[in-house]
Amino acid sequence: MKTKKLINAGADAVDEMLQGVLAAHPEHLYAVDDMPRAIIARNGPRQGKVGLVIGGGSGHEPTFLGYVGKGLADAAAIGNVFASPPPDPIMACAKAVDGGAGVLFMYGNYAGDVMNFDMAVEMLALDEIEVRTVLTTDDVASAPADQRDKRRGVAGNVFIFKAAGAACDLLYSFDEVERAARHANARTYTMGVALSPCSLPQTLKPNFLIGEDEMEIGMGIHGEPGMARERLGTADAVTDELMNSILKEMKAERGDRVAVLVNSLGSTPLMELYIMMRRVKARLDEAGLVIHTSLVGNYCTSLEMAGASITVMHLDDELQRLIDHPCDCAMFAR
Amino acid sequence: MAVITTKDLQHLFALIAEDISAQRDHLCELDGAIGDGDHGLAMDAGCEAAAKAVGALDTTRTAPTAVFNAAAKAFLNAVGASSGPLYATAFMRAGAAARDQPELTDDDFLRAFAAMAQGIQERGKAEPGEKTMVDAWKPAADAALEARQSGTPLPQCFDMAEQAAGQGCEATKDMTAAKGRASRLGDRVIGHIDPGAASAFIIIASITKFVRGVDG
Repeated sequence: MKTKKLINAGADAVDEMLQGVLAAHPEHLYAVDDMPRAIIARNGPRQGKVGLVIGGGSGHEPTFLGYVGKGLADAAAIGNVFASPPPDPIMACAKAVDGGAGVLFMYGNYAGDVMNFDMAVEMLALDEIEVRTVLTTDDVASAPADQRDKRRGVAGNVFIFKAAGAACDLLYSFDEVERAARHANARTYTMGVALSPCSLPQTLKPNFLIGEDEMEIGMGIHGEPGMARERLGTADAVTDELMNSILKEMKAERGDRVAVLVNSLGSTPLMELYIMMRRVKARLDEAGLVIHTSLVGNYCTSLEMAGASITVMHLDDELQRLIDHPCDCAMFAR
Repeated sequence: MAVITTKDLQHLFALIAEDISAQRDHLCELDGAIGDGDHGLAMDAGCEAAAKAVGALDTTRTAPTAVFNAAAKAFLNAVGASSGPLYATAFMRAGAAARDQPELTDDDFLRAFAAMAQGIQERGKAEPGEKTMVDAWKPAADAALEARQSGTPLPQCFDMAEQAAGQGCEATKDMTAAKGRASRLGDRVIGHIDPGAASAFIIIASITKFVRGVDG
């Protein structure tokens, strides 16, 4: 059976989406001339500031382009659905945001992204643009704790990019930006659950099959399988399963502050996210942790997949300052 | 012994695009089991773009090196993903192996083929046994080179390559994955063929068919 989507032609979906994004957010975003998949912040890049370039496949909106703006990322390179962008738009982004203080690449730790961004880094070196890379690895479901560098970067990107973007905006040195970005990543934990599949615009076929009473725990944000398939429990039971993994890794102490994101993978509505948020709050209260800030909604999606992820960033004074630093992107302002 | 001209290479890239396109949905299904289900789309888009770019070249004044480079650039920009840099590197290495040759002898072509396998292995930093396209490419290149060393004619060298690629591809079924999205799934990927190895096998089979046509 085919899935239903409001698209024109599957092959045009990404470019037509970008045209719509530029139409909706002209005060925040523009595209590099002749490079429609290199999206730049209107008021972000400037001389003396480290430029922050993020990017990855389409289909995760508002990740990545929604987080381009002053105080956040300076540019996003956009790929096909669930596929890394090639080096050309990545290089165009780097050149557009280079303020002479270095350019930082940040993206989720996926093999395709690593290869394409690394090729861009090699080619940019010929233009004498200094680039460093910090990979996000917040998905606790994707590898054991002692192999953190193998983990995927998922919805925690929102907080991690926010912290790194603030460090850039505060004119931290290149070394300090890199340090702060790694620090933000190291203290961010995400885990997700999927209830129903997504489907690609080009195929209109469900990416995977899942029984009507089942859920996939630790699902990837491209519809790739996760840790285990289990019987779907109540919202509280599922939230507990996700929070247990996160709290176990976080090793927080009573009184510590956290930033929380309860994220829809696409088709799970706010009603269900708030039901989960209620339980997240209860679990954090029980552990003696204080919610400093929270986001609930569609922040890192997988097309129309049903399901949700929970992200907790374990704040310290520096991360709290960076999370609170003013920003103005297409998705939110602080 | 026939030589391989730029015009022949246009035919080769068209052949690859046709064979991959015919297997597009099958590749997506293989990928759906252990990945995100789009490998067929990426390979189809990349091979079609490469064939189109190569087909547009003026055969009277384009050397084989430029053909491979045009294919690399077109493939990369159409795809991104993981297959983009892997095949773009493969084609660029083939181009480097064919440098300064107005036409390719059998040995030139075999060198270009082996360079593709080497390029894929280096770009992906993968070894055989890690459930990737290297499990098809490396045994194929090794088999062809070994056969050639004992004086085997090119078409038969590629028969050996195709056979080795097929076996390598099949063997990925029993492997866990060390690279890519599948690497996070542990034992859950056992029993499934690696989609990258499957598309590599299709391409190697296309090249074998091509060599038979030129040399057979």
